[in-house]
Amino acid sequence: MEYRGDEMDKYYENKKLQLIIGLFIGIVFGFLLQKGGVTKYDVIVGQLRLTDFTVIKIIFSAIITTMLGIGLLYKRGLIKVETKSGSVKNSIIGGLLFGIGFGLLGYCPGTIAGAIGNGYVDAMTGGFIGILAGTAIYAFMHPTLRIKGIIKDDKYSEYNIFNNYKGNIFTTHCKMKLN
Amino acid sequence: MDFLYEISWSPYLVGILIGLLNLLGMIVSDKPLGASTSFLKLSGAIIGIFNKGKVASNEYYQKNKPSLDWGMMMVFGIIIGAFISSSLSGDFELLRIPNMWSSEISSSFTLRFIGAVVGGIFLGIGARWANGCTSGHGISGTSQLSILSWVAAGAFFVGGIATAFLIYGI
Repeated sequence: MEYRGDEMDKYYENKKLQLIIGLFIGIVFGFLLQKGGVTKYDVIVGQLRLTDFTVIKIIFSAIITTMLGIGLLYKRGLIKVETKSGSVKNSIIGGLLFGIGFGLLGYCPGTIAGAIGNGYVDAMTGGFIGILAGTAIYAFMHPTLRIKGIIKDDKYSEYNIFNNYKGNIFTTHCKMKLN
Repeated sequence: MDFLYEISWSPYLVGILIGLLNLLGMIVSDKPLGASTSFLKLSGAIIGIFNKGKVASNEYYQKNKPSLDWGMMMVFGIIIGAFISSSLSGDFELLRIPNMWSSEISSSFTLRFIGAVVGGIFLGIGARWANGCTSGHGISGTSQLSILSWVAAGAFFVGGIATAFLIYGI
């Protein structure tokens, strides 16, 4: 499916406008995270201890809504679907490292910002410093990981079923419409 | 407008609204939700204050230039949004140690601080290694039906559940 939203490009390239939109979307996102309770350590770790299922309820409702929306908008060419690069191996290694941090810190990069807004001192201090340090450590590990061939995209890099699966109901439907 | 003052909303409603917000971001900015890259860029900006060359010569910072962009503004917005929400409902609280940690592990702030730093380091390395976090992979990537995002999101929770059980016991 060809992306037909070229008229949107001038908005995407307007840097000032995009900064304001980013701030606006963040404010709404933070508001929702806080109302959902996921700015709280107890709620997030409660999920990981399988005693409180708030996190999963929010994530799955968000996934289903976004997925249905992408199905509708993609078919009309209103959005691009650009999928992350990487490999299954590195999704697992990185994912497990992330998981260790997730369990120990009790916040993730998005919710820690919410926890800071909620007034949580452990998030403002140790957690924030730790995440910044972690991303910096990775930046300086990256050249070595690349040279040693550990960070290498595999065939699933940028692979998603919306774009790549030929028999996709969305693309089929689209072609029928165009013809 | 009483609902704005409520302490919490239904998690299903919150999830649906986050999904709609995600779609809005994709339409108006061509950007799905994601937070971890902004921490990387901020770390680059901070290191750059002390040693500009070190950041400028690093290939990963070259790919992810430390500049004020959509994602950084979004993360900054999250702080403001959570502050507004918690202030409206009276849920804002300068809490040093989470209740669960202080009642089941220790009431020492130093220990919680160290735990948070170490946890944050793992989180930061892992997020960049996997090329995304709970929002970028867990919500945006999974809903684009990305194979890598589903694998990463699974690993986030496997690692997280195992660590939480190690810390708190079964």
